[in-house]
Amino acid sequence: MKKTRVGKMAACVLRHVFKKPATTRYPFVKSSSPKAFRGKIVFYPEKCVGCKMCMRDCPSGAIEIAQTGEKQFEATFDLSKCIYCAQCVDSCLKKALEFSGEFELARLDRRQCIVTFRAPHQKTP
Amino acid sequence: MHDLRDLHDVKVPFGPQHPALKEPESFLISLRGEKITSMSVRLGYNHRGIEKACEERTYVQDVYLLERICGICSHSHSTCFVQAVEEIAGLRVPERALYIRSLIGELERIHSHLLWLGVAGHEVGFDTLLMYAWRDREVVMDILVKLTGNRVNYGINTIGGVRRDITADQIQEVLEAVRALEEKTKYYIQVATEEVTFVKRMSGVGVLLPEDAVRLGAVGPTARASGVDRDIRRDDPYAAYARIPFKVPTSTHNDVYGRAVVRLSELMESYQMIRKILKDLPEGPLTVRAPRKVPAGESLSRYEAPRGEDVHYVKSNGTEKPERVKVRAPTLANIQAVSRMLEDRYLADLPIVIAAIDPCFSCTDRLIGVKQEARRKKDTMSWEEVRVSGIRWYRERGIDFSSLNKELERWLG
Amino acid sequence: MNALFQIIIFPGFLFLFVFGLAAEFLDRKFYARLQNRVGPPWFQPLADFIKLVGKEEVITETADVAVFRVAPLFALATTVTAIFYIPLWHEKALLSFEGDIIVVLYLLTIPSLTYFLGGWYSRSIFSMIGAVRSLTQLFAYEVPLFLSVLAAALLANTWSLSKMTHFYAVHPWLWVCNAIGFLVALIALLGKLEKVPFDIPEAETEMVAGSFTEYGGRLLAFFRMALDIEMVVGASLLAAVFLPWGLGLTFLPGFLLYLLKTVLIIGFISLSRAVFARLRLDQMLGFCWKYLAPLAFLQVLLNLTLKGFLVR
Repeated sequence: MKKTRVGKMAACVLRHVFKKPATTRYPFVKSSSPKAFRGKIVFYPEKCVGCKMCMRDCPSGAIEIAQTGEKQFEATFDLSKCIYCAQCVDSCLKKALEFSGEFELARLDRRQCIVTFRAPHQKTP
Repeated sequence: MHDLRDLHDVKVPFGPQHPALKEPESFLISLRGEKITSMSVRLGYNHRGIEKACEERTYVQDVYLLERICGICSHSHSTCFVQAVEEIAGLRVPERALYIRSLIGELERIHSHLLWLGVAGHEVGFDTLLMYAWRDREVVMDILVKLTGNRVNYGINTIGGVRRDITADQIQEVLEAVRALEEKTKYYIQVATEEVTFVKRMSGVGVLLPEDAVRLGAVGPTARASGVDRDIRRDDPYAAYARIPFKVPTSTHNDVYGRAVVRLSELMESYQMIRKILKDLPEGPLTVRAPRKVPAGESLSRYEAPRGEDVHYVKSNGTEKPERVKVRAPTLANIQAVSRMLEDRYLADLPIVIAAIDPCFSCTDRLIGVKQEARRKKDTMSWEEVRVSGIRWYRERGIDFSSLNKELERWLG
Repeated sequence: MNALFQIIIFPGFLFLFVFGLAAEFLDRKFYARLQNRVGPPWFQPLADFIKLVGKEEVITETADVAVFRVAPLFALATTVTAIFYIPLWHEKALLSFEGDIIVVLYLLTIPSLTYFLGGWYSRSIFSMIGAVRSLTQLFAYEVPLFLSVLAAALLANTWSLSKMTHFYAVHPWLWVCNAIGFLVALIALLGKLEKVPFDIPEAETEMVAGSFTEYGGRLLAFFRMALDIEMVVGASLLAAVFLPWGLGLTFLPGFLLYLLKTVLIIGFISLSRAVFARLRLDQMLGFCWKYLAPLAFLQVLLNLTLKGFLVR
């Protein structure tokens, strides 16, 4: 065993008093996610062909693809179920799904976690 | 006649909720003064039925489910499972994918060991070490999120390869991070081996003799700190480990100090391995096509997780879903040794000794349920019965969740 | 009227309340910066206090209600009382008589006893173990602390704090002789205030919160206040006994000098919190009796010898 000393970290901690803190005041200072981050999923209705591979592969059953008209599909995501693995993005043959860097997705109400993507020309009922 | 000892002993319920424990589990200890006279461990607070859930899901879904067994060694579990499935399906995983798996595995080891160092510091009241170690852990977390898309639960594995490639820029970034971390780790080795109060709390505490380590089946750094030279990466190479030279650090201290030294030396070894992996990274595809239906068969896969040997057993039946998945996480192998380590020790040693095996109780909590409708015993319940009896139990005690639910409903809009 | 002002406002309760909160803030902020963190905003201790005071008071069924309630008030009252006998920025304290050193030291022991009583009468296993630990620890740090203060008093040949500071004012630089005693007292103070490396009684990872496990709401707020004030009073005592210089100044510079001295001592406490791990109870007892107490004895012997020279 090596020789021990009292207060080995003293010099290091005293030096750090004059350095910038490593933490940030997070909710006041915004934080960003890197480009590769798997955040909230984005759906492009115009590319979807309704094969439902994403629904089949989703480990948590967070996606629902529904047909709303001739070759028109809408996607419903339950963000409270989604585990952000982005397997649906890999499974999609037509690249109709994409992940975004959005990560501040917590809501007080579960119902606000359900997001629906519709084609732009479709009217919301 | 009463055992007089029992009259003097104080029973302390250490858990299921306790500040020293990061996950719910229960240790009931008998104390005489400050000395521990006996101890019993009760697991099962974290049981989530993952193995059963695997049987209900496809192989692709299982990769993500099993990855979530543990938040720290998630890559270990997913790689271990994926390896077993690939073996059954007879897939030849591309070299580049194997190297990337090893790379993420080593980065995970770094983040796990730095996390451990911080936790060990915290358990003995050395919070500065916690803050510094976790600050530097952020460096490797940032690298992981850039490479894989998440800080934990990387989701880099898929059956037949990996999902993301690594670019030349990223290689430079990783190398820079490794250089920075190496400097920091050297300093932490000095702190952990020189700071007198810290060393005093670690050396001679939680002794596990080599013969006990073997007898109780300890794995990973816990065993290596007792001089048991075992490492799956070297003894049964998987991924790219057969092509990367590395040393397996061991220690003969047999105590918490030894475990700290082993983990810190492993960090230094991991940095060296990452450099080698990035230098040798072969070109080529990332995946081979995996069939959705895996042919019938069974396989056992081993993986050296940061905490020790992780074992997955997979049995397939030719469908899209596995017939059986069994997980033996390293903590289950190590937890037996804790009672031995704490024999005749002080209460104050309990947190650091438990922390020293780097326990992960949500990894450990597995259960075998045998369902036989015909020969059901009186005290077994179906899901619905459990639900109904739970509601009744609370009603009898004056707690009615249905009104609470309504209230919440109203409050939320 | 003047007495009432002194008790309630300055340097009594209100001043100690504000200084205690400020000391807690300084301690926490400095500790955070040592750990490379941002740390709390300046009003955090006050916000914590207000939050706790506003909370419901929960007393466990098994607890002895009377002791459980009185303990925090007692701790608060005794620490505040102690300040009246300590010379702060002047050679004279507000009150003084021959033998007030003993009174101050014992007044500062009572909070530790209230931690024990409050914890013991909570009748919860964690509180009781914490309580026993704080009492065991008391026996370890109290002797070196008393001895080191006694050594300083021996040199001054008085049992009154005010006369002692007067003596050191008359004989400047003689306080340097008490350096060993100062070091011993600083370390013993860490034990008294239950700070790392001697925070064994309330070791979070072992005993949840030790004696205070069952406390909540107003009573916990009072206990925390008492701890903060104890830190200030302890630092003031050490400043008065071991750093008795610059006492002849007028009010404002003298007061600032007093603040500086106490803040330096509090800074030392924060630093030790940052660079040490918590010792085990047996290690702590061993350390106090093997190293701290003999060092204090050495100081006593040194001062006795010195006194011989001085008298001659």
